[in-house]
Amino acid sequence: MLEGLTFDLERGGFLVVTGPNGAGKTTLLRMCAGLAIPTGGTLEVEPHRSLIGFLGHEPLVYLELTALENLDLYGRLYRVPERRERIGMLLERFGLWESRRERASALSRGQLQRLALCRALLHKPELLILDEPFSGLDSDGAALLDRELAGMRGQRTLLVATHDPERIAPIASGRLALA
Amino acid sequence: MLARKDLRLELRARDTLPAMLLFVLAIFAVFHFALPSGSSRLAELGLLWVAIVFTALLGLGRAFVAEREQGLLDALVLAPCDRSAIWLAKGIATFAFLAAAELVALPAFALFFRPIGWATIAGVLLADLGICAVGTLLSAMAAAGRARELLMPLLFLPLALPIVIGGVGASVAHGSGKYLAFLALYDAIFALLAWASFEYVVTE
Repeated sequence: MLEGLTFDLERGGFLVVTGPNGAGKTTLLRMCAGLAIPTGGTLEVEPHRSLIGFLGHEPLVYLELTALENLDLYGRLYRVPERRERIGMLLERFGLWESRRERASALSRGQLQRLALCRALLHKPELLILDEPFSGLDSDGAALLDRELAGMRGQRTLLVATHDPERIAPIASGRLALA
Repeated sequence: MLARKDLRLELRARDTLPAMLLFVLAIFAVFHFALPSGSSRLAELGLLWVAIVFTALLGLGRAFVAEREQGLLDALVLAPCDRSAIWLAKGIATFAFLAAAELVALPAFALFFRPIGWATIAGVLLADLGICAVGTLLSAMAAAGRARELLMPLLFLPLALPIVIGGVGASVAHGSGKYLAFLALYDAIFALLAWASFEYVVTE
């Protein structure tokens, strides 16, 4: 349950959400993504859901489809312009090009997380909501995500929940600590 | 696009259609030996409808398995398409599985029991539409809740009663037209209701 919570996240801002287990980080992020409806209070999220990218605890990819097929499906759903080029670029950038024809069920936990990040970024979202994005990533993957987040700073609005706030504190514009 | 994805998933995993086929053939085999010889045409056609409803229930129970187990409903709900399109796609995929199972089941019924007429085939097709319309909505509701294996038949079977009544009527009555019209009306009403309410089912 979230009570007495007030915050603004301006366009281009980078807010880190922290707190112990059960504090409501995931609930807050799901509400901001439009996946849950608050039972009280007011929540205004400016971008339409077509401009929101969401990474939750699950990678949200079909395990029986290949990495390429998953991204193609989401690309079609989001009507991503120049879909194939965008997918190829993301797969290359996240080190998944060689595994593009493998079923998601055959990918490692870290590769799945990278694929999930590709999915969340595919439609160039204005608001990117990431719930524990470093989870499952090896040191290379985590370093890659550090660079991606730093590169997105100021260009996209970022809302990130993490148990390791110090990692992204230098590039964040604010911190919301839930009790 | 979403329905094609479900068909592709089934082609790879092959865990719904073979089960439906085996189930419906097993029912016919069991009843072939369980029904006394010389059973009436009415009893046999009634059995056909029981088999169709329970086979559909098996398929519907698996309609949202991938989404439930991998949390994928979130991803579909987030997509900028009408959320009822998810219902439509799932309904189309389930209809395809059910129709494929019936392509084998109806000749098997003719083999085990007696041939069926065009009115029964038309009734089965109309019933399939209704089953998939209402069943897909209920399957999504059950997927979101606990005790889903229990919830799905409890919700579905009462709502499938009119389908059984219409289907059996179309199969056995002399004037099957009114029963077919009844099934078509059921399909239209429940398709509209499911289309309108699906968004609320998949949003927390």
